[in-house]
Amino acid sequence: MMRRFPYKPGGGWLTFVFWIVASLITLFPIYWMFVVSAKSRVELFGAPNFIIRSFFVENYTATLTNPTFQRYMVNSIIISTANALLVTTLALFATYALSRYRLVGKENIFFWTITNRMAPPAVFLLPLFLLFTQTFTIGSFSLYDTRIGLVLLYCVFNLPFAIWTLRGIIDAIPKELDEAAMVDGCNTWQVLTGVILPLARPGLAVTAILTWVFAWNEYLFAATLTSVNARTITTGLAEFVTVTGTNWGQMAATASLTLVPALVFLGLVQRHIVAGLTFGAVKE
Amino acid sequence: MLRLFRPIQHHSNLDRPVPMRSPITGWLLLAPTLVILLVFGLGPFIYVLVVGFTNWNSFAADPTAHFAGVQNFRRLVFDDAFLHSLWLTFGFTFFAVLSEIVLGYLLAQLLMRDIPFKGFFRTIHTLPLMVAPIAVGATWRLLTVPGLGPLPYYLDRWFGFDLRIGSFADQAFAATVIMDVWHWTPLVTLTLLAAISSLPKEPFEQAQIDGASRLQVFWYITLPLLKPAILATVFIRVMDALRTVDEVWMLTGGGPAAATRYVGLHIWRVVFPKTDYGYGAAMSLLTLYVTILLCWLMYVALVARRELPRSE
Repeated sequence: MMRRFPYKPGGGWLTFVFWIVASLITLFPIYWMFVVSAKSRVELFGAPNFIIRSFFVENYTATLTNPTFQRYMVNSIIISTANALLVTTLALFATYALSRYRLVGKENIFFWTITNRMAPPAVFLLPLFLLFTQTFTIGSFSLYDTRIGLVLLYCVFNLPFAIWTLRGIIDAIPKELDEAAMVDGCNTWQVLTGVILPLARPGLAVTAILTWVFAWNEYLFAATLTSVNARTITTGLAEFVTVTGTNWGQMAATASLTLVPALVFLGLVQRHIVAGLTFGAVKE
Repeated sequence: MLRLFRPIQHHSNLDRPVPMRSPITGWLLLAPTLVILLVFGLGPFIYVLVVGFTNWNSFAADPTAHFAGVQNFRRLVFDDAFLHSLWLTFGFTFFAVLSEIVLGYLLAQLLMRDIPFKGFFRTIHTLPLMVAPIAVGATWRLLTVPGLGPLPYYLDRWFGFDLRIGSFADQAFAATVIMDVWHWTPLVTLTLLAAISSLPKEPFEQAQIDGASRLQVFWYITLPLLKPAILATVFIRVMDALRTVDEVWMLTGGGPAAATRYVGLHIWRVVFPKTDYGYGAAMSLLTLYVTILLCWLMYVALVARRELPRSE
């Protein structure tokens, strides 16, 4: 690769050692959590021990066999997956409309979407709580404590992200391709599924994965807008704190479980996460 | 590269007739997105705006909402607990973001050098960004809990330092800042790395020929060229730090006492048990207003004094 920044040529072993130390600092809290999750209560007393001699599986099985936690995990998986699918589909439609159609004020709409992602969530807890419990109700059904409620709500911060990520990808697909398909008699749906979808597939996959992870990681809304049925794994993890005499091993095991998707997807999306977290302001 | 807060101008061929593209289809494609964002994004905002001017409290003797004018806001200005939490939030944001920018810049420069396993280090560095904030809080709690965590143990053994973030307000505050630095410095690093990699070569070569010192190069060339990227990163980080809730809730629970009860936690913990909806809405509104005001002040102080720097 061409070095484009000429003012500090060469690496040097000092930089290398520095990065090893920096990586250890980054990994240490996560490693320690894993260590705690592999130990029984008795082993955790006394001086900290960083080596895992025997793996205490009970911490994990206690969480995985607990019906409440099973429900939390299933909820998290369903909500994240439904949200990722919904957001990616709607964002594909929206970006295609913004990219290809002459719509009045479409650049303003494009910019307005991102403002939904900037507002502090704590500000909207109270109005959302009131809307979910009292306004968005049909008979005895309310959005409060439902999975569908969270799926729709997560769209507020995930849709802008997906639209801003996909915009560049859809714009990069030559207009001539879908126009040729239209001349050949394809309708809009056929153009979207037959021309745009195959070409945008890698971008759509990354968008879907990051959307999934953001939904999986969300805590504040899930904690406020659910009580029993729709609780997610992050709220389950937080519940360990309020219980007196915390079972640290089991808490660490649960935290490790919430980390699994991040570890699985890290390699796939690491190049795109910065664009995602900076509202698409920074492209690598 | 940088296009924050600036809608992109697209070079579409507006003169050319597009076959069979009626705006109605476009609006139909856009409709579901707009409906969801209006109902769940703009809706709550309008709702909180209305409720903020009422005295609605569902547990009060009169549980219905009545217009109360600016009464809630007048009460808020003298609410010491709320003002204290705002002040704490500013302190937290200041120390966290400042450390992240400095550290992130250094790390980005060090990633520019040719070292073995660069991609590997970079991947590890990205990991904290993917971790759920609530899990970040959990890991740092496991590190700092007395009797379990290695931090209190070794600090006491090697330096005789008594680390108890559950008892000492300063330590709890510092712990939340350090945790935030651990979590978010990678974002700054990767953002600035992208900016540094796209810097032009010529000014640096010219400076080298002219015999400029490293400090001069940094101050007169690198910093001005990186200014737009640094500013964009600062804005993003400030907005995020002001709304931090999950990690801090998990690490300290807002304590000891109210030492780390940042404004998001304050709204959450104070308003919901009391069901004082009118007052809570006013608190939310003021928080939003202060966030916007702070960003605007920063914008004026850092950017608007001179012409807005262009990065492209």
